[in-house]
Amino acid sequence: MVETTDLSTFVQHHKGVAHLELAVEGIGCAGCIGKIEGLLKQLPGVVDARLNFTNRRLAVDWRDGELGAADLIAALENIGYHAHPFQPERAETEEAEHMRWLVKCLGVSGFAAMNIMLLSVSVWSGHVTDMTQETRDFFHWLSALIALPAAAYAGQPFFQSAVRAIKARALNMDVPISLGVITALGMSLVETATHAEHAYFDSATMLLFFLLCGRTLDHAMRRKTRAVAGNLAALRADFAHRFDGSELVRVPAATLKIEDRLLVRPGDRVPADGVVLSGTSEIDESLVTGETTRRAVTAGATIHAGAVNFSGTLTMRVTAAGPGTLIDEVERLLKKAVTAKSRYVQLADRAARMYAPVVHATAALTLAGWFLAGASAHDAIVTAIAVLIITCPCALALAIPAVQVIASGALFRAGVIINSGDAIERFAEIDTIVFDKTGTLTLPEPRVANAAAIPSDLLEIAARLALSSRHPLAATVAREARGRLPVEGSIEEPGQGVRAMIGGTEARLGSPAFCGITKVESIGAGNSIIAFSHNGDRIVLSVRQTLRGDAIKTAVGLRALGLQLMILSGDRAAAVLPVASALGVADWKGGLNPAEKIAEIEALKAQGRRVLMVGDGINDAPALAAAHASLSPISAADLTQAQADAVFLGEPLAPVLDAVTIARQARGLMQQNLWLAVIYNAIAVPIAILGYATPLVAAAAMSGSSILVTLNALRVGARKRTAAQLAPKQLASVTAS
Amino acid sequence: MNVLVYLVPMALALGLTGLGAFLWSLRAGQYEDIDGAALRVLSDDDVT
Repeated sequence: MVETTDLSTFVQHHKGVAHLELAVEGIGCAGCIGKIEGLLKQLPGVVDARLNFTNRRLAVDWRDGELGAADLIAALENIGYHAHPFQPERAETEEAEHMRWLVKCLGVSGFAAMNIMLLSVSVWSGHVTDMTQETRDFFHWLSALIALPAAAYAGQPFFQSAVRAIKARALNMDVPISLGVITALGMSLVETATHAEHAYFDSATMLLFFLLCGRTLDHAMRRKTRAVAGNLAALRADFAHRFDGSELVRVPAATLKIEDRLLVRPGDRVPADGVVLSGTSEIDESLVTGETTRRAVTAGATIHAGAVNFSGTLTMRVTAAGPGTLIDEVERLLKKAVTAKSRYVQLADRAARMYAPVVHATAALTLAGWFLAGASAHDAIVTAIAVLIITCPCALALAIPAVQVIASGALFRAGVIINSGDAIERFAEIDTIVFDKTGTLTLPEPRVANAAAIPSDLLEIAARLALSSRHPLAATVAREARGRLPVEGSIEEPGQGVRAMIGGTEARLGSPAFCGITKVESIGAGNSIIAFSHNGDRIVLSVRQTLRGDAIKTAVGLRALGLQLMILSGDRAAAVLPVASALGVADWKGGLNPAEKIAEIEALKAQGRRVLMVGDGINDAPALAAAHASLSPISAADLTQAQADAVFLGEPLAPVLDAVTIARQARGLMQQNLWLAVIYNAIAVPIAILGYATPLVAAAAMSGSSILVTLNALRVGARKRTAAQLAPKQLASVTAS
Repeated sequence: MNVLVYLVPMALALGLTGLGAFLWSLRAGQYEDIDGAALRVLSDDDVT
């Protein structure tokens, strides 16, 4: 049966030109750009091909009808690049738009701040030389001419956010910022009109410029991690084999509809929830339930997306998650957990809630104080506004985003991709970590457990032979191969194994009987064996879930941080025990269903514990949503990853340790930065209250404090080098290579 | 101080030119692929 691939959902058509975006794996150097673009531009019909090296995405335009999307992917495959069709999420497109707007605002405020500062410096030097009042007024008017339109444009991000906060009857940092900027501009305008000596146009625009710098950097970092996450999602996207009449078409799993009939071959992941129509097989549901023992299925059985078909070919019908199924239960629990979750109040907003009333009260007291002391109404108002300007939370507003930018960069290098903005703060607060077992503490795919006991040359031949088989057990053996070249002329015997002539003698990989082994020692549940014979050598490979290589070391490290570790698994207790004892975790439970997992987490929360849940299965999703913070390996089910605050990459478990260490350090620096801002205010406010806050003093104080908190934030990366050094390699494996 | 009559407009015009150039470069997508631009300059075979 010839199978075609249908990628039409990814292709956009515009005036006879088709457009496709691809996430490309394996781009590492400048040569790749030329190679890929050169190849595609030679294809007949291709109008343009442009590779974006920063986010590893390729945009191709071709004349409609002359080529198919699958041809492009095949062409790239031929020169050794795996390309995956890609549809940018709406959130990502919106973020890109927002970023452009922020950069525009940054440009405008930068232009205004620089030009006004030029004029202001002239005015300040004029105070001590011979500048006439007319010249000074002229310069002030000129500043107003630049500052007012610039602030009206570049201040929008703050004004809009402040209005939203006030409408929601809340306070955020943008409220005092907006108030400070508007009063500064208003007062300066009045002062200029009355030929006064001081105007604060420079302070207002510089403030906007500094704050926009912080906000743009914050946004850029978030976009970068989101782009990587988007590429990873495209790389992982499942395809389904759908029957269209008598034809079999390969379609993206996301486009499947209810009642579609699908073919699921051995080694394939079940692409959607459904019912088996025909065929018998064993399926591995470790990603769904955490259970490592395979389940036998025949016609009529319900199967869930995410399970791996193990032995036989199945045909299935796609159904919605029916009442009473596991997925239905998970979704119900998830909904409950998400609505029950109280919104976390970020450190910055908590600071704003304390800060704004204090500052505004101080300004009011200043006004009253000067008025009572006999100053004119004008002087009293000017001094009070000067207090507002000098306390305008430049340093305070940068104190937390600056740390967040550097910390999410450090986490990114450590292989942790942050999903939600306040995740860093919540990671820092946890005192208990609950691990799922299957796929989290253990590697997501089973491994050859006795690899070390087998002669390496024999294992290499077995692994290369395994490369030409689609069976899941063979795929496990193939992972041991050093080379990626399959043995030529191999023949697969369905249900038995694969054989090929190697060096003149036949090599076989498959069931023990197929390889001439009659007696096999009994194996425990959840273990599988596969045999190999060549040249008279016969070996039995034992395949099972193994712990992540650094799991024990990481557990020790986490305990050293004072964290309590727990394991809550959906797998049988007998399978959890060896893992728990290897890691020295006394607190463990096996055989839990999703509702029981949530109950355990709620019980911990009731004790006042702050729980970090680390899990990958669909059965973990509600528990992830219920926990204070959550983390998933990149191999996790989509539903689960969507709930996690962060995703970690690669095989080691170390990113969990890194996430907690970096987050704690980051929170320490955030608090330090807040204190720096408080100290700055403690010095600056009395000066302003006494009426000495001239524009020159304001400019120096604001930039000084902003630079100080930014420099302090940079220390997150500095102390964390050792852990981050390990990571670039793993990260490179998904982003660069 | 008559010098201001042409110095001030000139300063403003220069500043606005800079801002205009920045906004143009932003619109032209010059910041879309910063890493790629650094590498493209090294390859000399894509001159068309």
